[in-house]
Amino acid sequence: MENPLLSVRNLTLDIPVGGGILHAVRGIDFDLKRGETLCIVGESGSGKSLTSLALMGLLGKTIKRSADEMTFDGIDLTRANARTMRSLRGARMAMIFQEPMTSLNPAYTIGDQLTEALLLHKSVGKDAARARAIELLEKVGITAAASRLSQYPHQLSGGLRQRVMIAMALMCEPELIIADEPTTALDVTIQAQILRLLYDLGREMNMAMILITHDLGVVARVADKVAVMYAGELVETGSATEVFNTPSHPYTRGLLRCIPLPGKTERGSTLGTIPGIVPSLIGDVAGCAFRTRCPHATLACRGDIPRHITGGHAFRCIHADGKRHAEEATA
Amino acid sequence: MTTAPAPILELRGVTKTYRVKQGLFGTPRPLTAVNDVSISLPRGEVLGLVGESGCGKSTLAKILLGLESPTAGQVLVEGQEIGAQDRMTLARRIQPIFQDPYSSLNPRKSIFDIVSLPLRVHRIGDAASWDKEVRKILDIVGLPARVMNTFPSQMSGGQRQRVAIARALIMKPEIVICDEPTSALDVSVQSQILNLLGDLRREFGLTYLFISHDLAVVEHLATRVAVMYLGRIVEEAEVGGLFDHARHPYTQALLKSVLTPEPGLGVPDTQLGMAYPNPIDPPSGCHFHPRCPKATAFCKATAPRALPTPLGHVECHLHDPQGPMFIGKEG
Amino acid sequence: MTMTDIPDPLLKDIIGPTPAQMLRKRVFGHQGLLIGASVVGLLLLVAIFAPLLAPHDPYAQSLMTRMQPPVFLGGDWEHPLGTDHLGRDYLSRLIYGARVSLMIGVIAALISGVIGTAMGVAAGYFGGRVDMVVTFLINVRLAMPVVLVALAVVAILGGSLQVVIMVLGFLLWDRFAVVMRASTLQVRGREYVAAARAIGASTPRVILSEIMPNIANNLIVVVTLEMAHAILLEAALSFLGLGVQPPTPSWGLMVSEGKNMMLFEPWMVLIPGAVLFVLVLAINLMGDGLRDVTAPENRS
Repeated sequence: MENPLLSVRNLTLDIPVGGGILHAVRGIDFDLKRGETLCIVGESGSGKSLTSLALMGLLGKTIKRSADEMTFDGIDLTRANARTMRSLRGARMAMIFQEPMTSLNPAYTIGDQLTEALLLHKSVGKDAARARAIELLEKVGITAAASRLSQYPHQLSGGLRQRVMIAMALMCEPELIIADEPTTALDVTIQAQILRLLYDLGREMNMAMILITHDLGVVARVADKVAVMYAGELVETGSATEVFNTPSHPYTRGLLRCIPLPGKTERGSTLGTIPGIVPSLIGDVAGCAFRTRCPHATLACRGDIPRHITGGHAFRCIHADGKRHAEEATA
Repeated sequence: MTTAPAPILELRGVTKTYRVKQGLFGTPRPLTAVNDVSISLPRGEVLGLVGESGCGKSTLAKILLGLESPTAGQVLVEGQEIGAQDRMTLARRIQPIFQDPYSSLNPRKSIFDIVSLPLRVHRIGDAASWDKEVRKILDIVGLPARVMNTFPSQMSGGQRQRVAIARALIMKPEIVICDEPTSALDVSVQSQILNLLGDLRREFGLTYLFISHDLAVVEHLATRVAVMYLGRIVEEAEVGGLFDHARHPYTQALLKSVLTPEPGLGVPDTQLGMAYPNPIDPPSGCHFHPRCPKATAFCKATAPRALPTPLGHVECHLHDPQGPMFIGKEG
Repeated sequence: MTMTDIPDPLLKDIIGPTPAQMLRKRVFGHQGLLIGASVVGLLLLVAIFAPLLAPHDPYAQSLMTRMQPPVFLGGDWEHPLGTDHLGRDYLSRLIYGARVSLMIGVIAALISGVIGTAMGVAAGYFGGRVDMVVTFLINVRLAMPVVLVALAVVAILGGSLQVVIMVLGFLLWDRFAVVMRASTLQVRGREYVAAARAIGASTPRVILSEIMPNIANNLIVVVTLEMAHAILLEAALSFLGLGVQPPTPSWGLMVSEGKNMMLFEPWMVLIPGAVLFVLVLAINLMGDGLRDVTAPENRS
């Protein structure tokens, strides 16, 4: 068995707010091997973006992070000091954000920004860095790469900027890429191209990738592993086929019923919904957080919730099958 | 089917050209955001308008709302040209629902003020009847009457979008322009709003222009679909026809890039070149030719004409029986 | 089965506070704002109730009791802050001086506020030619040195309270115009403005009811800053003898009158100077505080 590149056990993020402590992330576990793609899917406020920032050590000072284990290739991230984190970031783990314009510096050329990380982390000369930048820009599908180096971010379209961001993340050949909604701001055709690119590059360079998104379509198409996040917890994890073909947590099934499937959902029919709203995570949160919106909730949902594991597929629910069979019988 | 009644909304050759200044001393150059668009929409139908950002779909919406006036062409509501109509009359017949419910509601106004604004602007009824009307419409969009005294910041995204819908419907318009009404919402909320829009249309016989980049959503809600590229409607058809037999290569690429939550299918290759052209410098001939996988030298030189199809039209040389490519393509 | 009686803790109502409640909470959590506002409020009360508070007539001269020191320098309680070179009670003149300072501050800020806001909002909302003209006027105004222009105008028209107010009112509108133009540009793009226009709301209605409430917070901040600015300029003009004319009690004038005695009786300069300093500092604290407590709402 190959050791996982990234191991996270019981990651918890607490944010002090006006009315008490906001339990934004409540004890999540996952492993990621080299070359694997994990998609964390959830709605706004589920804590998925905070999780990615926690891994990169980019959380604000007010957020309290704790974990039983958080290791990257044997390096204990919970104890890593600022210097270790800096040497990891950009060099061995890189991040791609949703809005490339906010993470590219408008005052520097594309070339400066692309080569910066490489010059900082690796002992290469300027010419070599430039050559690598051109190579990567071509790899991410940017034409006339050499002339792009002297351009500024505002001179590029959104799709091109996102490609530059990806090239930048790849400059030092990182082992882990964390992409937070990398295609949400882009048009559908560009989204498909960027996702394809990320997917192919991940395979080619044997990179591990964490993709954070709210889009179930994206998840189904690129994920090896899927983690469904709700109110700070991973309610269901497993391979993409397991999670999408036998969705076991009522929340996962609810989400899948909300989106129309071309060719399958009858046009104009009523779509499934999840009634209610995400509960407040301020103060003590016990039991299953989805019980306030779940059609199968009982009083027992306020207590401890067992985790059902079948091979690589796991979910948290008091019902042994998450009431999947009952729903399928009535459907 | 052929003897359709007079369309409730009709666009004839609508064109909008802006003059854009490039740089400090540059001479203004024309940017044609909407280029000779003709659509006719029968009462009770939902026209889905799809296209990438910058294709002119939002400009078209603004023209229909009377927020911009077309440079050329006519907009007719039930046969009457709206340029000549009073703006107030137009407002009673066409109302918008915008994309971002965080930006479309004035944060300083209570929900009652926001929803009753149309009645107050049009001096319909008095304070007592406003209260009654607001309660009624809030009930219709599924909000409790007690929200009347709350402010937008106290509501969730889905609730805000319901408020925006209430404001649009309180004067009982006939046409509603929905500009990406669900793309800022979470998946579970999106389906609630789509269901609501569908119910309202059936109940009040509304006609929608539904602008969206999400083709799955468009297929679900629309009865007709128009595909826009660089200011032109390149294909228009009844929804089934368009989704089952897309004719234009751009429509085909758009359909291909829809990511349905079906694992194992991978990310599709749209075969589109990357760059969306600069609308100030539209490509010669068929505007789509630089990205079109099937383009020939003829497409580069000559703009295609609008060809009638069953229940719609398409602008592509590939389907022109008198075009030079017809023999090679269909024969 | 007793659990059925206990409401689910996760179902608690999470309806947030109203904007007014949030504002109140932030105001009362902001020390600088509270301190600044209390000092300004106190001085405002002093100005309003000057006739009741002043122990003496600020104009009454008494050559027998000139240059009496304040109590803390050995004077008596008849004149707690001493008397000036004409024997007028210093505390009473200080109290009446608050009227002049605040009146000039408030009225000048109002006049320039109306001018600058009208120009800035018009430029931001209509854009195009209007914006070009307003931007040009702002640049012209910024190219004029305020103090020199004020000096020149006052020198020609003669100094008086009214002239000083008008001059400052017509000179200090630039910051209003700049800030209001930028704020309007920002708010104009919001979809609620488009929604109001699509409803058929008239332009004045859109500006007054949709745009103004959302830029009012910035306006209030500029009002405070310009109030402080006007008060300081009045003091400077009066100090130079071109502002408020004697015998009207003005803090700037008091500093000016005391400067001849500065080496022998430094308190004659220090007392009005300190009061001026405290008032301007308090107004600025209030302005900064207002910006802090009103800004967060714009974020979401």
